[in-house]
Amino acid sequence: MCLAIPGKIKSIEIQYGGMVRMAKVSFGGITKEASLEMLPDADVDDYVLVHVGVAISKVNEEEAQKTFKYLEEIGELGELEDVDEYLPKSE
Amino acid sequence: MKYMSEYRDPELAKKYLEEIKNTVSRPWSIMEVCGGQTHSLVKNGIIEMLPDKVTMIHGPGCPVCVTPLNLIDKAVYLAVEKGVILCSFGDMLRVPGSQKSLLEAKAEGADVRILYSPLEAVKIAEDNPHKEVVFFAVGFETTAPANALSVVHAHRRGVKNYSILASHVLVPPAIKAVIDDEESKIDGFLAAGHVCTIMGNTEYHPLSAAYKVPIVVTGFEPLDVLQGILMVIRQLEQSKSEVENQYARIVREEGNPDAQKVIDEVFEVRNQMWRGIGEIPESGYAVREKYADFDATKKYNVTIEEAPENPDCISGQIMKGIKKPFECSQFGKTCKPTNPLGAPMVSSEGACAAYYHFSGLVEA
Ligand code: SF4
Repeated sequence: MCLAIPGKIKSIEIQYGGMVRMAKVSFGGITKEASLEMLPDADVDDYVLVHVGVAISKVNEEEAQKTFKYLEEIGELGELEDVDEYLPKSE
Repeated sequence: MKYMSEYRDPELAKKYLEEIKNTVSRPWSIMEVCGGQTHSLVKNGIIEMLPDKVTMIHGPGCPVCVTPLNLIDKAVYLAVEKGVILCSFGDMLRVPGSQKSLLEAKAEGADVRILYSPLEAVKIAEDNPHKEVVFFAVGFETTAPANALSVVHAHRRGVKNYSILASHVLVPPAIKAVIDDEESKIDGFLAAGHVCTIMGNTEYHPLSAAYKVPIVVTGFEPLDVLQGILMVIRQLEQSKSEVENQYARIVREEGNPDAQKVIDEVFEVRNQMWRGIGEIPESGYAVREKYADFDATKKYNVTIEEAPENPDCISGQIMKGIKKPFECSQFGKTCKPTNPLGAPMVSSEGACAAYYHFSGLVEA
């Protein structure tokens, strides 16, 4: 139950007279509502991590590539092949 | 931009495994604190692919598993005797109490509902003004902001028939308790990425420095876990003990200040009972006096005697990494996910259930 899933913000709606910002977030096809209370800066098209109906963090694309960069580093040390093709690509 | 599939690539996982093999020179024990990481390790067969010198120890990181028996009894009491609409996350329903689980209470007619988010519980309260609604609010620091937010929403919207039965557990005090336990010998930790999303990494620096252990904040995909393991091993091999962040795509050093603010608005730190482990100082959240009207424990003043744990269940030793699920005499015999004796068999993030589901993959 502690897991959170990254999804993309499709739209944002203000409810309860401006008190609540809710987003429609798409997780590979499935769309769910998430509160943006913890992410006041989040905007449409941002990737956010959602946990029990609340968006808790924006996903940083540059950092997302580092897991693969780390492999590349290892590659240089241990003669592994190029990992460019595995890097996350923009849609 | 895709964020899942690459992190599950088996070819890349092999490269990490290869590098781990090349790096490790002597035996090390590493605890993954979070049940989500246990699940990932077991499900993807990573445990058995790691070199023999690397032993993964499964930590207390499943809030469902460590929720005290007494609180489950209280939740069942509220649902059955007080007739409230009792809501919680799905996992909680099957956890055995001393008499019955919430699922059994539901089967007997109590109004027990599974929700995806605590915010839905506030809506249920608004829609049912003549009923009382209680949300059984369990979770680590990851879940605390959502649970706190439900209280803030109810307060703002003037909802009077909503309250939470809070049972939150905090990770850094648990890591400290595990290190302090003489029986557990752990060389390094994978800290739970999603907890740090909220709280940041700052709490880990004093821990890592005081106990001279590497702590690597780690994600949950197979590549995340493998990279985290490699980062811990590299530190150990170089006699380093630092806090590193493998999961920087999600976790910032300072965490999420807006989430911390909501937690602090509603909760204060208190000593907390952990099922199977006992009381850990300053390891839980209680609802602040200011929101006492939303605190089910105060609202209903439920006093229920502490009941003894099932004596056959060794879940405490499992969660501290002293024993593996296979070493429990009940594992897979009287204790199965369909009939769990202890909480680690209930949730798919519990160590016993993770081993049970994938027991074909993991050797004793
Ligand atoms: S297998 Fe069942 S009885 Fe044994 S420790 Fe795990 S939960 Fe408890």
